[in-house]
Amino acid sequence: MSKTLVEKIWDAHVVKREEGFPDILYIDTHLIHEVTSPQAFDGLRKRGIPVFRPKQTVATADHNVPTLNQHLPIKEELSRYQVDMLTKNCAEFGIELYGLGHPYQGIVHVIGPELGITLPGKTMVCGDSHTSTHGAFGAIAFGIGTSQVEQVFATQCLLQSKPKTMKIEVNGTLQKGVGAKDIILYIIAQISAAGGTGYFIEYAGSAIRSLSMEARMTICNMSIEMGARGGLIAPDQITFDYVKGREFAPKGEDWDNALAYWKTLYSDEDAIFDKVLTFDAADIAPMITYGTNPGMGMGIAEHIPATSAQPESERPSYQKALDYMGFKDDSVVLGNRVDYVFIGSCTNSRIEDLREVASFVKGKQKAQDVEVWIVPGSKQVEKQAKEEGLDKIFEAAGFQLREPGCSACLGMNEDKIPAGKYCVSTSNRNFEGRQGPNARTMLVSPLTAAAAAVTGKITDVRELI
Amino acid sequence: MKKFETLTSQVVPLPIENIDTDQIIPARFLKATTREGFGDNLFRDWRFDSENQPKADFVLNNPTYSGKILVAGKNFGCGSSREHAAWAIQDYGFDVVISSFFADIFKGNALNNGVLPIQVSDEFLAKIFELVHQNPNTAIIVDLEKQTVMLTETGDQFEFEINPYKKSCLINGYDDIDFILNQKDLIESFETTRKW
Repeated sequence: MSKTLVEKIWDAHVVKREEGFPDILYIDTHLIHEVTSPQAFDGLRKRGIPVFRPKQTVATADHNVPTLNQHLPIKEELSRYQVDMLTKNCAEFGIELYGLGHPYQGIVHVIGPELGITLPGKTMVCGDSHTSTHGAFGAIAFGIGTSQVEQVFATQCLLQSKPKTMKIEVNGTLQKGVGAKDIILYIIAQISAAGGTGYFIEYAGSAIRSLSMEARMTICNMSIEMGARGGLIAPDQITFDYVKGREFAPKGEDWDNALAYWKTLYSDEDAIFDKVLTFDAADIAPMITYGTNPGMGMGIAEHIPATSAQPESERPSYQKALDYMGFKDDSVVLGNRVDYVFIGSCTNSRIEDLREVASFVKGKQKAQDVEVWIVPGSKQVEKQAKEEGLDKIFEAAGFQLREPGCSACLGMNEDKIPAGKYCVSTSNRNFEGRQGPNARTMLVSPLTAAAAAVTGKITDVRELI
Repeated sequence: MKKFETLTSQVVPLPIENIDTDQIIPARFLKATTREGFGDNLFRDWRFDSENQPKADFVLNNPTYSGKILVAGKNFGCGSSREHAAWAIQDYGFDVVISSFFADIFKGNALNNGVLPIQVSDEFLAKIFELVHQNPNTAIIVDLEKQTVMLTETGDQFEFEINPYKKSCLINGYDDIDFILNQKDLIESFETTRKW
């Protein structure tokens, strides 16, 4: 029987399937971090059981770490306690930890791929909704809650109902100045912040195929922002070339065997998806969000949709979002003042993102009243950026290059945007208060963020390149 | 996990769509390493101003409304996977959340903590909001065994869906780990068949 890629990987990991029950799904790799794991470790202690497969578990500290002076003890007491707790728990339960100061430390969804831990055909979970990032390699990867973290610790399995499948095809050629972030913001704006709920999405089509691995990660990363369980892309030569030679990737004969298997990982031609959507890459402009969920996005030169154009029952929520942002419906955001620019997060903090920003700002200066933070996704990205001299370009432009972590994407550490200020951000969520109480977030691509940093205004980057 | 059978309660209406888990419990309150106490910061930034004073216009600060059932607009619990959102809702005192649509991860987290997420039709949700607006003392009866939610005032009833396995977990107070731990032999034998 023909199968979609999701079905192939899913079925290969079903330990037990029984009518009326969710599947028992085997999890190959479990990624953990300091924020969503402590209560799960406590659960194991209460039950008196160990981590079942500690070697298939990898930990890092990312959500709650400072991005300045990481060599010093963490100042904030609760944060320090939480990070210390992770260190203690990993030692007690025999889990490899890439903690602060380790050369592999970084955002959990950046380090998995760069270390060759993320591989095609795997099932991967983490107590973080952006685990969908790893789907870029043709893996089934999704975010879980802490009770499920405990479940995977205890059994290396999860009880999961098989998801519905959706194919999203993007065909054709992108306009100049338009990238992966614009593609995914466009798709979410088209189908809404709930449009993917209950589905696992496979991204396909010529525009997706032509993307680099890092760009594919940006796409899959935001699958959750339309409610999808996860998103993936069938592995191809671009995937294999990226994986080969990485620290934990298979080597020698193992590589040959793995590669032969990976080459079977695609949706059969006549496989049936529960839903199929098709978009034309040429229709996509540089995107920006104007509201308080990632579905409230538009082409950067467009007008904010009228409140009267929304379904009547949704108008109060829509108006509440615009009021929060300080915007009027039917107005434009182009030319609006920008206070902060944040370039970072598991969506856009990889070396290609930093290179793209650097190549745009080289020889330019940030606008006077804008504060610009660049937070690399990992120690390895930071090192690479310095080796390539990107740090010098950022410094000359007045951008602040910080140390790796989730940072202002969720404002758990001190990297918060002040109340009422506008932040043009390469992160993934524009929820109320996400970047700090009453902060106003506008999601964009790294290139659009760089343009805003230089002009101090919301800018159509197509006019500057 | 505590058992859930039936519940009769007044409701707290929150007619806003796309309530994300950052609103339910902002990230800066996720530094705790236990499951307790999150209810104090439930809907923190909607509930309190920057001086930590209660905002009079927010429903949780309005003594007219109370109860163990939260009723919210569609796509409730979207965003971050933080289970702290379910803990906060439970710790505050809600046993049931009713909406016309739930985000997947939140729904799973709620069920894993004995909080029952009930998905009703858009029409039924609108009816609840309307009735509660007219009479804040309106009560709802939730019967998990029968999978029904009923407005006592009008007798209007909605039959909701729930995975039969999750239903039995709630009724018996079991959790997933108890269930899978009994399958260890199967898991170990599955591991020997893995390709790589």
